[in-house]
Amino acid sequence: MRKRYILEVIDGYLFLLPFIISVAVFLIGPLIYAFFLSFQNFSFLTPQKAQWVGLKNYLDLLHDPVFIKALSNTAIYAVGVVVIELILGLILALIANSNIRGKTFFRVAYYIPTVTSTVAVSVIFLYLFKADGLVNNILSRFGIQGPVWFNSVRFALPSIMMMAIWSSVGTYMVIYLAGLQDIPVELYEAAEVDGANEYQRFWSITLPLLRPVIFFNLVVSIIGALQVFDQAYVVSRGNGGPLNATMTVVLYIYNKAFSEFDMGYASAAAFILFIIIMALTIIQRMIFKDETN
Amino acid sequence: MTKNKSPLSIVVFIFACLYAVITLGPYVWSILTSLKPTSELNSMLVNFSTLTTENYRMILSEFPFLRWFINSAFVALVVTLGNILFNSMAGYALARIRFPGREFIFMIVLGLMMVPGQIVMIPMYILLSKLGWVNTYYGLTIPFLTSCFNIFLMRQFFLTIPKELEEAATMDGLSRFGIFFRIVLPLSKPALATQFIFSFTGNWNSFLWPSLLTSSESMYTLTVGLNSFYGQYYQYWNQVLAGTIILTLPTIIVFIIFQRYFIRGISTTGLK
Repeated sequence: MRKRYILEVIDGYLFLLPFIISVAVFLIGPLIYAFFLSFQNFSFLTPQKAQWVGLKNYLDLLHDPVFIKALSNTAIYAVGVVVIELILGLILALIANSNIRGKTFFRVAYYIPTVTSTVAVSVIFLYLFKADGLVNNILSRFGIQGPVWFNSVRFALPSIMMMAIWSSVGTYMVIYLAGLQDIPVELYEAAEVDGANEYQRFWSITLPLLRPVIFFNLVVSIIGALQVFDQAYVVSRGNGGPLNATMTVVLYIYNKAFSEFDMGYASAAAFILFIIIMALTIIQRMIFKDETN
Repeated sequence: MTKNKSPLSIVVFIFACLYAVITLGPYVWSILTSLKPTSELNSMLVNFSTLTTENYRMILSEFPFLRWFINSAFVALVVTLGNILFNSMAGYALARIRFPGREFIFMIVLGLMMVPGQIVMIPMYILLSKLGWVNTYYGLTIPFLTSCFNIFLMRQFFLTIPKELEEAATMDGLSRFGIFFRIVLPLSKPALATQFIFSFTGNWNSFLWPSLLTSSESMYTLTVGLNSFYGQYYQYWNQVLAGTIILTLPTIIVFIIFQRYFIRGISTTGLK
């Protein structure tokens, strides 16, 4: 019996060995290192000159107008993208779950943008939305003079948001879809017997039972949105322009660390993002616990 | 509820079609443009008699698109196979094997699930450059072989497999590894397919890491290559879009192949 227990323990750790090594070397180790870097004046080009500077990086960041701009852009982006995705995703899931003709076609059609590379999506949208592109051409037939979308200080960020919604709403649709399929059919049948119409069934059965799914989608999409990088990088050719209109937090970190090699400062920015994301995760865990109790 | 008769269902059907046009339209327009000769690029019309595959031939022969495609395919397949094996093993241990420290490791998985990789891009770059792995296939694959998110997904799935099957196999004298490879994995196709889609598309489409970790053109993956090609030749939209279609098609094909398992995989893994 004792021998069997020991074998079981060995098996357990053997099965986990690749994960333990990989997470220790490539995630936890770097995370700790990044934490120390964030208190240093560290440049990749002259690592021997690194100095301990305490909280200076963090304090400087709070007075750095470009970082503040990056934070506010990222927040605007996250709120706009998340709200629209949660609503549109639910509408698409309801369609894909109804007995509509061509159900599989619609599911695949709505999900395809999600598996498309953000670089490809950015290039396609840059083409569709260029000054004399297809979209402005269609708009001009209705007498509307379209803006220069991605090159305009006013429209660049909303354009990236629109692109992000187009390309990732499918993810949330699929998670809603799985949630919809877990709702027992009997509930709808009982409601139908009681004479409830489609709207009543949606508001009193579907929506309340989807609450945990909606909440899961909310947290996952906020966390995803806070990390936006690819689209901003491709659209602005890496500089977050025009006039920092598309500067996001991750793009800011990337440029500080790998163009200016100011890695201590960039690490502090990364940690501020990390703290924001962890706070959101902890809030989610706390509310989730309330829901299950 | 009669099928497609009520006014509501007609409105829904029209909306469904309109949104399908919004999602698929950009692909159709891009494919058509990628087939246009440069002389007709500025026209809003499509002249079907002049469409040509010349742009594809051009970028595959005159530019390293083929090399980038092979790099992307190699990296995405290695990372995906590693993920499927290692995440399934870890998920299985967390779901089924009893040993001290299991709850602690599971808490680490849950805790790290939401930690975005970008947070560690600076120390990771320093580490990989110390190892001499920048601009090599090692750097592009080895750091990405496991994922906390997919381990969680596999654990949730394995919890739904009836224990009796494994107990019977133990009676027959099968080892843990035997049970795992011969009994558990074959029963896990929906979860494995879901993981394949997430992992393959995630790595094929990855842009931040390969742009950080590659410096020579011959090591670029397709996303990095396309971005650099676009930067230089953005006025040749037909060629840029041909490259974009080459980048786009493989993940769509993978998705269409695995999609029938996909939603089942998501609902049985309790990914909510």
